[in-house]
Amino acid sequence: MSKVIKFLQGNEACVEGALMAGMRFYSGYPITPSTEIAELSSEKLPKVGGKFIQMEDEIAGIAAAIGASLTGKKAMTATSGPGFSLKQENIGYAAIAEIPLVVVNVQRGGPSTGLPTSPGQGDVMQAKWGTHGDHPVICLTPDSVKETFDLTIRAFNLAEKYRTPVILLTDEITGHMREKIEIPEVSELEIYDRVMPEKGADYKAYRLDEGDLVPKMAPFGSGFRYHVTGLMHDETGFPSNSTENADVLIKRLMGKIEANKEDIITYEAYETDDAEYLILSYGGTARTAKAAVKKLRAEGIKVGLFRLITVWPFPEEQVRALSEQVKDILVAELNFGQIKLEVERVVKGNANVRLCGKANGEILTPEELMKAFKEVL
Amino acid sequence: MNNPLVENYFRVDKLPHIWCPGCGHGIIMSAIARAIEKSGLDKDKVCIVSGIGCSSRAPGYMDFNTLHTTHGRALAFATGVKLANPELEVIVIAGDGDLSAIGGNHLIHAARRNINLTTICFNNNIYGMTGGQYSPTTATGDKGTTAPYGNIDRPFDITQLAAGAGATYAAKATVYHVNQLQKYIEAAIGHKGFSMVEAVSVCPTYYGRKNKKGSAVDMMNWLKDSFVDMKIAEKMPEKAVGKFVMGEYVNKVEPEYTELYDQVIERLKG
Repeated sequence: MSKVIKFLQGNEACVEGALMAGMRFYSGYPITPSTEIAELSSEKLPKVGGKFIQMEDEIAGIAAAIGASLTGKKAMTATSGPGFSLKQENIGYAAIAEIPLVVVNVQRGGPSTGLPTSPGQGDVMQAKWGTHGDHPVICLTPDSVKETFDLTIRAFNLAEKYRTPVILLTDEITGHMREKIEIPEVSELEIYDRVMPEKGADYKAYRLDEGDLVPKMAPFGSGFRYHVTGLMHDETGFPSNSTENADVLIKRLMGKIEANKEDIITYEAYETDDAEYLILSYGGTARTAKAAVKKLRAEGIKVGLFRLITVWPFPEEQVRALSEQVKDILVAELNFGQIKLEVERVVKGNANVRLCGKANGEILTPEELMKAFKEVL
Repeated sequence: MNNPLVENYFRVDKLPHIWCPGCGHGIIMSAIARAIEKSGLDKDKVCIVSGIGCSSRAPGYMDFNTLHTTHGRALAFATGVKLANPELEVIVIAGDGDLSAIGGNHLIHAARRNINLTTICFNNNIYGMTGGQYSPTTATGDKGTTAPYGNIDRPFDITQLAAGAGATYAAKATVYHVNQLQKYIEAAIGHKGFSMVEAVSVCPTYYGRKNKKGSAVDMMNWLKDSFVDMKIAEKMPEKAVGKFVMGEYVNKVEPEYTELYDQVIERLKG
């Protein structure tokens, strides 16, 4: 089989990955800088028998995707900061009702309408805490076009496996950057589909098989009639006010992600084996960080890069272990320290934690980062 | 309980429902069940979607694929269900606040698309679940807990709103005129395209008490006396003076959204 090489934007790679993962439904609302994801989905989905719909607003965009997912289709919606804020209530709905879903946020400069065509990384905490109440979160962030392709597939796989919304947090840098990527054959990929009950099985929508943390999911229309609600519910899906029941449910929802952290968390540790200093970064900004690390290494400085690929759940153990090895951690991000705070929390004073951040719509340059880094020397 | 309708179409173990004594919502819920029975629908292929509010608790009691969503968003969720699987008969249950205030945008756009959803609006003219605040259908001058001096807002006519936005079937009846209501729901289910039936309900607990409308029976009698059939109103306009008109406001055939989409898919195959 001849290799398929394409020259794609991150946003285009996201759609290519989604289709390979089995996306058959997209609903959303136009917003810069994510719009190419909607445009390409509208072109490609009907060609594979899938459905695209441009909804009347961002809230409807996620709501329709949740509805589609309940019929057994793999569904996605994409947006940017302002739209991500509007989608938050229904992200919580998908979390409590356990509906697989991929939500892409191509981050731009905020707050509010902010800087629509410029990059930002100010939504990392919104990805974790944006919806109300305690809830599980899986959030992935790519640093290249190829990784956008790979992580979109992974986002669908994790959503299906753990019956939860998965947030793919890209940014204007990776979303609009063009790179050469090799598109694999579907047969080369690991694609995960949600587990459904067998026909005729005695089925309760939220009953767990022994040892499982994720209930089987029957598509609407398949003969299993059940109730889905955003209220705390019992194993039939029917609302329950019982505090005992609520305690079991919320702990299981949190627990199914916590217990599978090893499966969910991925990261890149670059030149960290002998590192005395660490730069920690993610997304498009991690490209700057890697360039800075290479230049600093060329100057003989023992510095490494820890790049988050999974933002949430946060790779606490890995970062803590490195904090015992290095003197200083410089967090590079396009905000005023959202992940820096998380790193401080995790390293518990083992290492000095500093920030190289900005939120004016510019990317960080390797020179800026090197300058900030060298202040510690 | 030896009622075949209840046993066939309701989750008997989830009853009794949460509604107050005298509430009109149970009448609408049973009219929907009877309309589904009359339409001969396969229970496995019926999906009932609701938002938040008193009426939106109905699907929980009904033995179908049921989806209780977020406030105002039932039509948006339902649009996803229907487009993803057009084989499903999707019925949306929404209160007046849910449908025309927080969910108003979804109502006008679902109507505009003419997607084959059947919407039943349980209109009790008040936010009941939160304790009696005025809604977009509360009459001017009426009281609510947030309109202690009388409501200065002008109310929506939800049926006309849906019709104006492009609904291809729109009808109105009350919980007093239940046979007519059931007939309209049946017609709406059978209609291909966006259909809406406004079921005017009563809320004796909040609306009635706040506005001194008397008992539940008094409120039912008020419905009987205040609504006149469209056919009578057309023939004898003098009988409709000062009254609300119920009937089929719109019933027309236009291309349906999911069929149009399937045509696009077919065209691309060629």
